[in-house]
Amino acid sequence: MTERRIRVLIAKPGLDGHDRGAKVIARALRDAGMDVIYTGLRQTPEMIAEAALQEDVDVIGLSILSGAHMALAPRLLELLRANGQGEVPVLIGGIIPGEDVPALKAAGIAEAFGPGTSTEAVVAAVRQAAARKWAKE
Amino acid sequence: MTEGDLAAVRAGDRRALARLLTQVENQTPAAEAALAALFPHTGRAHLIGVTGAPGTGKSSLVAELAKVLRRQGESVAIVAVDPTSPFTGGAILGDRIRMRDLAGDPGVFIRSMASRGALGGLARTTADAVQVLDAAGFNRVIVETVGAGQSEVEIARTAQTVLVVEAPGLGDEVQGIKAGILEIADVLVVNKADLPGAETALRALRASLEIGHSAARRDTAAGWTPPIVATVAVHGQGLEELAGALDRHRDHLRASGADNARERARLAGDLESRLRGALYQRLLAQLEPGQFAQTVDKLQLRELDPAGAVRQLLEAAGPLS
Ligand SMILES: Nc1nc2c(ncn2[C@@H]2O[C@H](COP(=O)(O)OP(=O)(O)OP(=O)(O)O)[C@@H](O)[C@H]2O)c(=O)[nH]1
Ligand SMILES: [Mg+2]
Repeated sequence: MTERRIRVLIAKPGLDGHDRGAKVIARALRDAGMDVIYTGLRQTPEMIAEAALQEDVDVIGLSILSGAHMALAPRLLELLRANGQGEVPVLIGGIIPGEDVPALKAAGIAEAFGPGTSTEAVVAAVRQAAARKWAKE
Repeated sequence: MTEGDLAAVRAGDRRALARLLTQVENQTPAAEAALAALFPHTGRAHLIGVTGAPGTGKSSLVAELAKVLRRQGESVAIVAVDPTSPFTGGAILGDRIRMRDLAGDPGVFIRSMASRGALGGLARTTADAVQVLDAAGFNRVIVETVGAGQSEVEIARTAQTVLVVEAPGLGDEVQGIKAGILEIADVLVVNKADLPGAETALRALRASLEIGHSAARRDTAAGWTPPIVATVAVHGQGLEELAGALDRHRDHLRASGADNARERARLAGDLESRLRGALYQRLLAQLEPGQFAQTVDKLQLRELDPAGAVRQLLEAAGPLS
């Protein structure tokens, strides 16, 4: 037996072409000892759900800067449930206005981070989300 | 892992497959049991290893190769191995970035793996993951690893056909050749043939192949000269030719009986390393607690020499129970 690592998928849905933030988060999670699957720009919810399934990830982190989070996030959750992966927590970062957070959480998003969230906070949230998922296995 | 889970894996259930791969990666008892149960169903897939220096275009090439194979009706599993950071134990697995065109194809399954602590670039568990994908019925299982010394030897043992990728402009064409990469290559690719220096790289490879051909993998040296294929992965150029070369190599292995010889060598090597590991564990279990560390203390104080330490520990352990 080897120690189980957290497998986290960092995905960048939507059409905007900036992935600097996503890469910073990916590196921070790597530095926290996680296996980070990074899939690059312009991922559709279908692509993200498929990658999450094949990679059997513990957590999904979405970086959304396009403002399309209210459409993309619920769609992804729906696909995950259809795949039998409804238990995989989804976290969102990017430019999420505070007033959207309650609706996102109501839709099933585990955590939504506004701009300026520290990488430490994101790392801690991913750890907690993975721990909660493992506890239910 | 229930029997139902195993049946699901063999029937192509992607979720069951993905979960088993996680067990395999963590080397759990469930994985060991599953691998034992699946073993009779392995040995069918064409196992292709892809290695080469960082950034030569391996992932791009694997994606394009998978597309060609899919057009031929073959199902394809890809294991993409990236290095674990020795400092943090984490890894960024980014090979999927280049494989986005394969998304949505039910005949393709991609799994990223970190090399973890394994020597070289091949995760210790990669070979087990390949076995699972083979048993799951994929026609081709492609393993991408960063070429770094030891991993090349490991991949040569796991794969039936080893593809070594070079690219111009990395300034290491010659170094790659020196590192003995030709000895494990069944097919050589000069990718990024659109870039200046491709011709030079091709010529250098051809020349060293002529000199070094006697060093080609012993078991297939007879009758097989590694072909050199020029590709432009980002434009899908040269991929049909590459797929043809891989098929010819597989046919050659079969016709010459080298596939059996290779498989035997692989199974023997695997058995040997498992025996080594198991014996070591047993031996440790038969020592007094702390005896190993105390022996190391003595070595450090120069009260004991390494060979003497081995004799002493073997004696102390007594016959294996
Ligand atoms: N010009 C040119 N660029 C290419 C070609 N193939 C790949 N690239 C580019 O080379 C870079 C590296 O490609 P990858 O496919 O990620 O290379 P890799 O060998 O898998 O890299 P690692 O997994 O990091 O070792 C990317 O920017 C590709 O777009 C090619 O045929 N021509
Ligand atoms: Mg790669």
